[in-house]
Parts: sequence; structure tokens; C-alpha cells
Amino acid sequence: MNTSSMAEQEAMHISKPNAIEEAAARRRTRQQRERVIEGGLFLAALTSVATTVLIIAVLLSESIGFFKTVPLRDFFTDTLWTPLFANPHYGILPLLAGTLVTSAVGLLVAIPLGTVAAIYLSEFSSSRVREIIKPALELLGAVPTVVYGYFALLVVTPALQRLWPDLPGFNMLGPGIVIGIMIMPFVISLSEDAMRAVPMVLREGSYAMGATRLQTAWRVVVPAATSGLVAAYVLGISRAVGETMVVAIAAGQNPNLTWNPLEPAATITAYIVQVALGDLPHGSIGYQSIFAAGLVLAVMTFAFNILGHVLRKRFREVY
Amino acid sequence: MDAADSTHPQEWPKPLKAETRALSFSYGNRLALKNLSLPIAEYQITALIGPSGCGKSTFLRCFNRMHDLYAGNRYEGEILLYPDQRNILAREVDPIEVRMRIAMVFQKPNPFPKSIYDNVAYGLRVRGTSERQLLDEKVEQALRSAALWEEVKDRLTARATSLSGGQQQRLCIARALATDPELLLLDEPTSALDPIATASIEELLLDLKSRVTILIVTHNMQQAARVSDWTAFMYLGELVEFGLTKQLFTTPSKKQTEDYITGRFG
Amino acid sequence: MSTPSLSHSTPSIARRKIAEALFKIVGLGSLTIAVGTLALLFGALLYQGASQIDWQFLMSFPSRHAAEAGILPAWVGSTLIMLVTAVVGIPLGVAAAIYLEEYARKTWMTELIEVTVTNLAGVPSIIYGLLALGLFVYILGLGESILVAGLTLALLILPVVIVTTREAIRAIPVEIREAAYGLGATKWQTVSHHVLPYSAAGILTGIILALSRAIGETAPIVTIGALTFIAFLPPAPFTTQPPYISFDWLLSPFTIMPIQMFGWVSRPGEDFAGNAAAAGVLLVGMTLTMNGLAIYLRYRMRKQVSW
Repeated sequence: MNTSSMAEQEAMHISKPNAIEEAAARRRTRQQRERVIEGGLFLAALTSVATTVLIIAVLLSESIGFFKTVPLRDFFTDTLWTPLFANPHYGILPLLAGTLVTSAVGLLVAIPLGTVAAIYLSEFSSSRVREIIKPALELLGAVPTVVYGYFALLVVTPALQRLWPDLPGFNMLGPGIVIGIMIMPFVISLSEDAMRAVPMVLREGSYAMGATRLQTAWRVVVPAATSGLVAAYVLGISRAVGETMVVAIAAGQNPNLTWNPLEPAATITAYIVQVALGDLPHGSIGYQSIFAAGLVLAVMTFAFNILGHVLRKRFREVY
Repeated sequence: MDAADSTHPQEWPKPLKAETRALSFSYGNRLALKNLSLPIAEYQITALIGPSGCGKSTFLRCFNRMHDLYAGNRYEGEILLYPDQRNILAREVDPIEVRMRIAMVFQKPNPFPKSIYDNVAYGLRVRGTSERQLLDEKVEQALRSAALWEEVKDRLTARATSLSGGQQQRLCIARALATDPELLLLDEPTSALDPIATASIEELLLDLKSRVTILIVTHNMQQAARVSDWTAFMYLGELVEFGLTKQLFTTPSKKQTEDYITGRFG
Repeated sequence: MSTPSLSHSTPSIARRKIAEALFKIVGLGSLTIAVGTLALLFGALLYQGASQIDWQFLMSFPSRHAAEAGILPAWVGSTLIMLVTAVVGIPLGVAAAIYLEEYARKTWMTELIEVTVTNLAGVPSIIYGLLALGLFVYILGLGESILVAGLTLALLILPVVIVTTREAIRAIPVEIREAAYGLGATKWQTVSHHVLPYSAAGILTGIILALSRAIGETAPIVTIGALTFIAFLPPAPFTTQPPYISFDWLLSPFTIMPIQMFGWVSRPGEDFAGNAAAAGVLLVGMTLTMNGLAIYLRYRMRKQVSW
């Protein structure tokens, strides 16, 4: 729009000699104010980019110090992780194994139970049941993780010890199961979203062929929602891998290269907590080691998150 | 039969495949169908016409108990299915049994996100058929019946959603035919298609009527006139007039029917 | 054509119905495990910890003797940290959401912001702890203080606040905005006079959810070096000398509820398990109350929506 004509229009109502200039000045301050506000809001939005960049920068810069001392080859092949010992070893494998075993146990609980529960919720339950269950699941997701840690150490592991009397007080099975229960609400909620996004006409098409609810759910809804379900699982994996307090409390904190969930072991996250609880001088190799471990964790979860969101986007585009 | 008396008594179809008697239907408190009595002639095409919202689709969906999927719906009256003359709306009749005998094709093509083959074999599989040879045979037969075989025989494993709209709808017809239904319900099957695809579906319906009784809802009066043997005109949830298509379109006995077919409302 | 009677195919239906009934049992069982856990968890906590909770527990410092130990510094610390988190995190998150919903054009920058918000929502909380340790504690030299903990949690809840605020803003129909523009309002006037007030309840819900998440976070705060045993309170925010107000508390060492609980859980022996359970009861009670409030607000809002 032509600026001078707008100013003239505004000035028409004001019968002072320099009215046009006054109106133009008012408009300028108004535009300036709008621009300042927009700039401020934009800066606030940039916080997320800045945080991401800073996370990467901090992890990388401290890790570079670490990898000056520890060759990458040792980091990935050494089977011992003892940075705080007199004779230090820096092999990430024991921590990685601990992380993978506890996550795998968690996923073995969360994926089958979560999927079945989501199918039930989306395809079988009445809307009234759904209205009660969904907030309850949300509440479950809000319980602080330290409480789940207590639960793993003092409720689940003792219960498991009745089945396996030899099970040590610290082990990966108990916290793994608790991680599974913890991420289940998340998996159920995302899977249910994916299944509800499947259009009703597909279900009707199946029912019209004489299929039962279960057949419709299993042969039409689940296949149609596959990418959404996989996204839910992948995002669940990312959560399991990053879970900290449950394993720090209940899995024991000795890095131990084992794939047996009945043994104690440390995860990447538990190691970071263990070091942070101690008093390591800034700049020491022990201090740097938690950033190197954190870098591995961040890369893993970034990868899972990106994969999960790509899949989620895809199922949204289909319908 | 009182419905017959009020329309064209001399033209009552015979033999019947199905018949509704005093059928009423309500969603919650809303009465959507009021006391409908209508015969469905065996191996003929019966068309349901009427302005949007007249209840023709609701009526069609009573035949395979689609309304059972949603809470708060209530049927009254009967739908008798011949020759056994059982009321398929009866409480003790399982809707799944009904749907195994009465197939349906929807307004918008709704192929499952599976292969062409798996779509057509779906109905047989949910009935427990897993013998490959039998499935192959039935799938081919159904695709031939739906005039789709020649177009897709080389890509049966392709995803059904890769077909064109018209092909998808013929696939849905094939899917419905594969289980040898006795009655085929079509809910405005061409409303989402272009004129060429529409013509091929109409041709297909005329071919099919020697094998299956067809009940079709259509928004398009020319389509009803072209394909159907019998036509029912519905308005505001009521059956206004029923008769031979030729008669209903040339000499309607009710003022409302005449207004509708001459385009004065709707 | 031979017509099968309606009962002809019944055996196959019966078999399918049995499968369906079995599935319903399994499905309901899975849901029960998910939801029943909440009851079991809270039951176990109450059983072990409820008897410990009394005035003395709330008003005492931690102690070597389980019976005398309390959570005074923990709840004071949690409260002060939430204050910092709320003051920093809420305005930033709401402003970012307003920018993304109302102002942002489709540029690569907007795209980048969107991607980072989604990604940050999935970053494990302990990574925020490492960021805070490297950046706030050492590079900025703020130490292991209440300020650092509050800032860390503010960054952590940012994605939650942004996402829920955007949803609330998006629910306002475009016609409302057009009506405001039509009357000559500027963009900011439209936002501040209409969009924000009308979506306030939704934004508030998101804020409560975000703070309830922050209050239970342990890992990032452990990482920045919070102590599990603190026998003093931060300096008071008010002083007797001018200027009567002091921000020294911001740089004070601290502990918080979840860390106090963690400290007790990690100690061997039955006695401290009781203390841990008591802290757990309070912690779960607090988060569930906040979440319950948010869910209730959302429920009320859905019922009242008039457009």
C-alpha cells in the first residue's frame, strides 16, 4: 500500500496544519513498536536453537579434551570402563551394554503390552472407559523417575528375588521392567493416536466384509497404522536409553560388560550420575569422561528421535 | 401389504430377496427413518433416491447392521432376508453373520492399505479360508466379475492405493463379490468418480445383476433411471413412493416425487 | 442359487468370537498393568512412608539418624528453584510459541526452530544436566547454585511450554483474529487483546504440566552437583538493612525433594527407606495434584468451548 496515501487518509480526520506529519509519525512509532515486539518474540523462539547448539558445543568441546587422552579405538573396543581407577580403562562397551540390556528389557515389557493395550483402548473400549484411562496414563507419565527408582530397588527386585533367590539386590532385570512400565503410557498414548488416525471408512470396509473387531483391528487398523506404531516404539526406545534415575538407583553402578539382565551393571546415564555425585576437579579426565559418555548418549537419542519423527510425519501424511 | 396399495399395486416385485417391514431407526433422540416398508426384488437393481439428508444412506446401512458399530442407535421393525425369512435386525442375530451374506461398497473407495490381491482375498481370509489355490481362484473370479482383472492381473501384489479412483472402486466391488454375497449394497458408489469411471461402474452393475441382488443409493437421478429396475423415493426419513423405475420416472403418483425428479427441489 | 441359512457359518463365527474374547482379556490385563502400577506404587509408598510424615519431618534438616531427619531444605530448595524456572521458562516459552504460531513465515529459520523444539523435547534430561555443568557452572562460573538449577529446568521445560501454548493458541479460530484486524488492530494488539486472553486457560494447563515435570526432575540437578546432604537454608530474600531485598539466595547451594529422596534411597538400611518413601509420598502427591489440576482445567475448557 502507498504510504503517503495512508497518512493522508488518517490526516483527513485531523484538521491541524501539520496533521499529515503527525499521523505519519504516529504510524512510524506504531510500526517501530510492532517490529521491536516481533524481534523480541523471535529471540525467544531462537532459545531452542541456541540450546541445541550449546548442547552440541559443550558435549563436543569437553569430549575433544577426553579424546586427546583416549584414542577413539580404545574407546570403542576396550572392554573395561574404569576411568576413576589407578589403572584407568576407557572402553564405552560396558556402559553401552548396560544401557542396551536395561532398555531391551524395558522394551520387551512396553512394546507388547503397550501395543495390546493401545489396540484395546482404540478399537474395543467404550469412549467412557477411554476418558478415564487416558488421564490416568498421563498421571502415570508424570510420576518423578526417582520414585520409580525406589520402586525398582525396594519393590520389584525383592519380588523378583522370590522367583530367583540368587538374584543380586542390584540387577538390570528389575529396573528394566520398571523402565518398561514407565514408558508404557507413552507408547500406549502414541500408538493409540496412530490407530485413531486410521480413517473410519477402512474399519467400516472391513466390518462390512463380515470381519470381527479383532480381525479389523489386527488385519486393517494395525497395518494401516504401522509407521505410526513404529514411531511410537522408536520414541519409546529413545526414552528408555536416556532413562537415568531408575538405573542409577537399582542397577548397581559397576560398569560390567555383560548381556545377562540378572547381573548388576552400569548404564551411560548411571555413570554420569555416579561421577557427578563425587567431587571430580573440573578439567580432569574423569570429568571429561562424563561428557564423552553423554555425547554417545546424545547421538543415540538424537538418531532415534529423528527417525521417530520422520515416521510420525509419514503416517500423518498418508491420511 | 399396505405400502403396495399406496403406490403401484399391480407392480409388486417377485420373487423377493429382502423386505423391510415398518423399519424405523433413530440416533439417540433423532428419528432418522420412519416406518419404512420396502421390497427388494431378487436379481434386480433397486435404487434409493432422494435429496441429501433424506435417510437413504442410513436406510442402506441398516441392511448390514453398520449402525451397530456406534453407540446410541436403535432399530425398530424388521428386515426380512429371503428365502429363510429371518429378521436380520433381531437381537439374537449376530451382525457379523449378516455382513457375511450382505456385502457393501462405500461412497468413497476405501481399499485397505494392502496389496490388490490381499484386498480381494480379505473377506475369505476373515472367514478362515487360507488355502492358496482356492484364494487364487476366487480372487481372479472376483476381479473378472468387477471387470478389473485385465488391468491388474500383472500387478496383484501392488498396493491397492496405487490404483486410480475408478479402479479402486471396482476393486472394492471385487472385494465385496469375492465372498459370493446374496445382496450387494452400494452407497453412492460413483459420487467420488469422474464420468468415464462412473459409466464403467454402471455397466458393471448391469452385468452383475444376473448373479447378485443389488440395492444402490444414488444422488444422481439419471443414474437411477439408467441402471435400476425399481426405484424408491425417500424424503425426510419416509418412503414417499416405490415402483418400477420406468413408471416412477414417467408417471410418478405423488406430487413430491414429481417435484424431485423434475428438479424443483433437492 | 443355494442360500445358506443364517446359522450355516456359525462355527467359524464362534471361533472368531472366542479369539476376540481372549484378546479383550489380554488387552484389559495390559491396561490394568499400566494403570494398576500407579495404585501399587502409591500403595507401597504410603505403606512404608505415610507414618513418617509429620510436622517434625517437614521442618527438620537431614540427619545421620533416620528418625530425626527431615526435608526442610529440600522443599525450600524445590520451591525457590521452581520460582526461577517459572520466571525464566514461562515467558520464554510462551513468547516463542506466539512467534511460531502468529508471526513466523515459512523460512528455513522457522523450520530450524521447529525441528530443534521437537528434538529438544526428546533429549534425555541428563544431557541438560551436562549442558548446565559445562556452561552455567564452569564457563559462566555460577557455581552449583539455585540459579543454575532453575535455569537448567527452565531450558528443560521450554519445549513442553512451547508445544502446549501453540496448541492452545491454534485453537482460537482465525475469524477472531480477522475480526480484530478488521477493526484496525495491529498484530501485537490482536495477540495481546484477543489471542492470549482467550487461550489463557490452555496455556495455564501447559504451564502446570511443565512445572510438574520440572519439580520431579532429578538427573540434571544431580549432574550439576547438587548435594544430597544440606543442613542449612539459603539466605533469606529479605534483609533488615536497605535495600531490604537480597538475591544472595540465587547463588546459594541447595538440595531439592527428589534429590533428598534419591539420597535416602541410596543409603543402605531399612530406616532411611522409610524416609525415602515419605519423601516419595509428598513428591508423588505434589506432581499428581498438579497434573490432576491441569487435566481438570483442560476438561472444563473442552466443555466450555463455544466456537
